[in-house]
Amino acid sequence: MMPGIEDLYQEIILTHYKAPKHRGTLADPTVSVTQNNPMCGDEIRVDVRLEDGRIADLAHSGQGCSISQSAASMMSEQMVGRTPGEALESIEAFRRVMHGDPAPDDVELGDAEALSGVARFPARVKCALLAWMALKDALQSVDDPKEATGGRSD
Amino acid sequence: MTGAGFDARAVRADVPILAEADAAGRPLAYLDSAATSQKPAAVLAAMDAYYREANANVHRGVYALAAEATERFEAGRASVARLVGSRPEATVFAKNASEAVNVVAYAWGLRNLRAGDVVVVTEMEHHSNIVPWQIVAGLTGARVEFVPVVDDGVLDLAVLERLLATEPVRMVGVVHVSNVLGTINPVAAITRMARDAGALSLVDASQSVPHMPVVFDDVGADFMVFTGHKMLGPTGIGVLAARRDALDAMEPFLGGGEMIRDVRTDGSTWADIPHRFEAGTPPIAEAVGIGAAAEYLMALGMENVRAHETALTGRVLDVLGAVEGIAVYGPRDVARRGSPVSFSLPDIHPHDLAQLVDRDGVCVRAGHHCAKPLMRSLGVPATTRASAYVYTTPDDVDRLGAAIASARAFMGVA
Repeated sequence: MMPGIEDLYQEIILTHYKAPKHRGTLADPTVSVTQNNPMCGDEIRVDVRLEDGRIADLAHSGQGCSISQSAASMMSEQMVGRTPGEALESIEAFRRVMHGDPAPDDVELGDAEALSGVARFPARVKCALLAWMALKDALQSVDDPKEATGGRSD
Repeated sequence: MTGAGFDARAVRADVPILAEADAAGRPLAYLDSAATSQKPAAVLAAMDAYYREANANVHRGVYALAAEATERFEAGRASVARLVGSRPEATVFAKNASEAVNVVAYAWGLRNLRAGDVVVVTEMEHHSNIVPWQIVAGLTGARVEFVPVVDDGVLDLAVLERLLATEPVRMVGVVHVSNVLGTINPVAAITRMARDAGALSLVDASQSVPHMPVVFDDVGADFMVFTGHKMLGPTGIGVLAARRDALDAMEPFLGGGEMIRDVRTDGSTWADIPHRFEAGTPPIAEAVGIGAAAEYLMALGMENVRAHETALTGRVLDVLGAVEGIAVYGPRDVARRGSPVSFSLPDIHPHDLAQLVDRDGVCVRAGHHCAKPLMRSLGVPATTRASAYVYTTPDDVDRLGAAIASARAFMGVA
């Protein structure tokens, strides 16, 4: 049975797409990472500002489809206020959901749970993961002091 | 509206994947033939018959079965050569068009390019005619220069002229028909300019040979590449058609079985062309398949194919032109373009559009179409592309229009 389009384009996804949260750039990011999707050419930049061991603010910019843009919006909304460790745990949980595993009970994904249907459209999984992988990259680079100085983009 | 004696419905009935979807009541509007074509039953049957009736390794076998396999393999080459008017001995099989370009880039470029030499390609090339040159330029110290795309998607030939006049240009690579813009480039004029300046030329005919009459000598290139799977044939086989003396002067690209005259412990000598460039057991069934595809196309008549596609492309342009806010790339005049038509909607991303029209059985491609320099020049990360072929009907095109309308309604932008 082919998955229906409703599994992919849920209302909440289109809502985030049309009015994305945390869209833009930060004036003073601790780290900034750009990732692209080699399949479609889409590009996303994620800026993170860390304060007192927590994600104080987060912004995403670039171009992308409704799935990548809404995923970035949902992620940003969820991650502000978390420690990098908590955020990385959520990112891993989201990555596993995108590959068809059930969401772990103890990790809060918020609106991003609506993206679980993407797992049934293999060509779109990369779209959903784009911003999340950019954030993962950003947080891991901060963990490594050599990488953290002055931020980086790749 | 189509060429005399040409009936796209009859072609469609010859193509099992389309005929069976039609019969099941969920017809496919397959508008992605620029990526790969669907296959007529005659092609599938020829490949199947080869394995059932004539499978043996080609060349050198003395028994009758091996002779039959060799005959079918070489008949495939002869059919392909007849389709494009190349000489069979200067018609080399590779695994696809990319590999065919690599044969030239490595076998000719690596041995002949020197530091400071220039290879000119164009901004509208498929990556297959850019990346091999960049790799070989990196190994030799040569440079790769690009002819820009201007106006409604045509090459700025003044730049080519200037490069040829002022730089040590050794090779000019140009695509015959752009897989994104549909633009038909004036390849005969471009290859003449190259020759007059003492440079060789390579024409990527992947999007022209399947769709219009292409005669190797008229193209005027030293090398011309195309691929089986875009011309009703199988994947796994591409073609390098070459000027006989240009090919004969080249050392091998890949070494191994099949391509030698003699192998001794102190060195080896090479087989004659084309076998010199066909190391290892070749894709035999695929050669049979591409031969059957060439025969099928010749039976349709390439003039008829072109007339049919010109009419359909006009319809695609009309249907798309009616969509509010749409940007359609490439020449408006169907006489100046092939069938690929790329477009962007202001408020639906290509990925979303391709996903949404798929609901209605409409297959279009979304992405950079392996032409990222062109995407940058157009200022977009991606486009949606519709491309027609011999089995495409006016109804398929109209269904694209309806599916776009329904996608816009779904996204709330209608």
